[in-house]
Amino acid sequence: MTLPLLELRHVSVSFDGFYALTDLNLNLELGELRAVIGPNGAGKTTFLDVITGKVKPTRGDVIFKGNSLLGLREHRIARLGIGRKFQSPRVFENLNVYENLALAVSQPKKPWQLLIGGLNGFQRDRIDHLLNIVNLHSRSGFLAGSLSHGQKQWLEIAMLVGQDPDLLLVDEPVAGLTDEETELTADLLKSLAGDHTVLVIDHDMEFIRRLDSPVTVLHQGNVLCEGAMESIQKDPRVIEVYLGRPEEESL
Amino acid sequence: MKGTKQFRRWLTLLLWIVILAAIIAAPFVLPVFRLNLLGRYLSLAIVALGVDLIWGYTGLLSLGQGIFFALGGYCAAMYLQLNSASELPNGIPEFFGLYGVKNLPFFWEPFNSPLFTTIAIWLLPGVVAAMLGFLVFRNRIKGVYFSILTQAALLVFFNFFNGQQKLINGTNGLKTDVTQLFGQMVGSPSMQRCFFWLTALLVILAWLFSRWIVRDRFGHVLVGIRDDEPRLRFTGYNPTLFKTIIFAIAGGLAGISGALYTVQSGIVSPQFMTVPFSIEMVIWVAVGGRGTLLGAIIGAVFINYAKSLVSEALPASWMFIQGGLFILVVTALPEGVLGWLQSEGPRNLLSRLGIARPISTYPSLEIDGKKEINL
Repeated sequence: MTLPLLELRHVSVSFDGFYALTDLNLNLELGELRAVIGPNGAGKTTFLDVITGKVKPTRGDVIFKGNSLLGLREHRIARLGIGRKFQSPRVFENLNVYENLALAVSQPKKPWQLLIGGLNGFQRDRIDHLLNIVNLHSRSGFLAGSLSHGQKQWLEIAMLVGQDPDLLLVDEPVAGLTDEETELTADLLKSLAGDHTVLVIDHDMEFIRRLDSPVTVLHQGNVLCEGAMESIQKDPRVIEVYLGRPEEESL
Repeated sequence: MKGTKQFRRWLTLLLWIVILAAIIAAPFVLPVFRLNLLGRYLSLAIVALGVDLIWGYTGLLSLGQGIFFALGGYCAAMYLQLNSASELPNGIPEFFGLYGVKNLPFFWEPFNSPLFTTIAIWLLPGVVAAMLGFLVFRNRIKGVYFSILTQAALLVFFNFFNGQQKLINGTNGLKTDVTQLFGQMVGSPSMQRCFFWLTALLVILAWLFSRWIVRDRFGHVLVGIRDDEPRLRFTGYNPTLFKTIIFAIAGGLAGISGALYTVQSGIVSPQFMTVPFSIEMVIWVAVGGRGTLLGAIIGAVFINYAKSLVSEALPASWMFIQGGLFILVVTALPEGVLGWLQSEGPRNLLSRLGIARPISTYPSLEIDGKKEINL
């Protein structure tokens, strides 16, 4: 059996005595696409904060590619190959689309290299490729702040892919998107899995179903159950805490 | 979008032609007194460029640039004092005699060397800024806390320099106008003319340097820090490093500026480290246009020149005018004068007055969707 790419061992996070995560265990295999759902306050975002180093776990350990991530600062973790997309789209609004992507694909990210050299041919091709994937080629000279909400979401996903991480953490990528954009985003994430390991957090049941991936349900900072979407939806515990009204949820 | 970019380029070019013409013409047109003032204000443009780099681009509002400005000035003044002290008794600067100091304090020694001084003028403030910056940025102190800290540091330096009579003549400062450089009096008209040219040259070099810093990915990282620092971190950049570097660069520029200002005003004193002066530096950049390098230069030179003209005509009224200018910029021209010129500002004003036709395609229409989100 191969080592999992990411392993959370007995992770607890306490904010002044309030436990956002309690004894959370979770494994992600290489190349996997995993969806994480859970009601508000289940600890979904804290869970990403722990992995990316924004929040230090009170107890427990986070293992990535066999090494602990504890005590590493955010940019170090990002350089190890973990990319994160935020809940609301976060792009550099006063830079244009191309410059946003250029910052993402730049390697290494040391000040001297950024000052002295330009992008190399490979990096420029990569940016072109990313612009095509997210359909922003015609917008490459526009300020990111002038893009529509959906375009910003996609730009951020493109930046994430541009970092070439092994693990992509995607927090609510379809919030505020049209149905068509949601479908395209789901297809995009599915196509990324395999080469990358992708973890998606979302509320949108239709979107999760479309991802067609194993689902982990978080509840009160702990894993409630794991499995395929169909079995999850039949699980009485899940119905109780989260899918109480499945008809409304799937709207 | 293309149109505005072209317009900006033309505007910058035009302004540079005007500035260069003014600089070249000034020594022939202006009397020595005015030329000297212009030279001083040009040297302030260099510290303004530094303020623009850290505040306009990186979003770090430092209220302590006076520290680095004064350090540069002291470096230059110490060299000049030593350079002219050889005929004096003890061979040390005259003021030491007032306090009964017989031997040169150890840190004065290296300033016998012109090469050391030339390097120290920018390196010493740069290193001090780097150390101060690193401590602050590593602990993720930002926003208003950063501003308060830099102002507190400024006060510490001010009080320290004020109290050290035996080391650097305390509150009296170090005079440079009666010192010798290349066998000439520093305060003489011919020397002052040289300093004017030197200042003009260094302003242009400092502008080119700053432009090189901000124009490509390094500058984009700075803008990224200003707009969304956590995002930058999760993209794999270390903001602490970038902030420390840019703060050190701004410190170095402030040092050069302070040295040039000192030799042209004839004295360096702890007055360079007063709180209002460092705040004024921020006002120059805000009025000129933050995030536009040329705006920082224009702001520094024009505000200071206006200050001296107004103060001569109507003493005591300048503070009100300066305050009014600042309020005007904050409320009506948040991008500063140059930022306003570069955007649709003039055209909007003309069309509002009924002189020009309003633009038929509103620029944001080109970029679909923007309006929808804002509403």
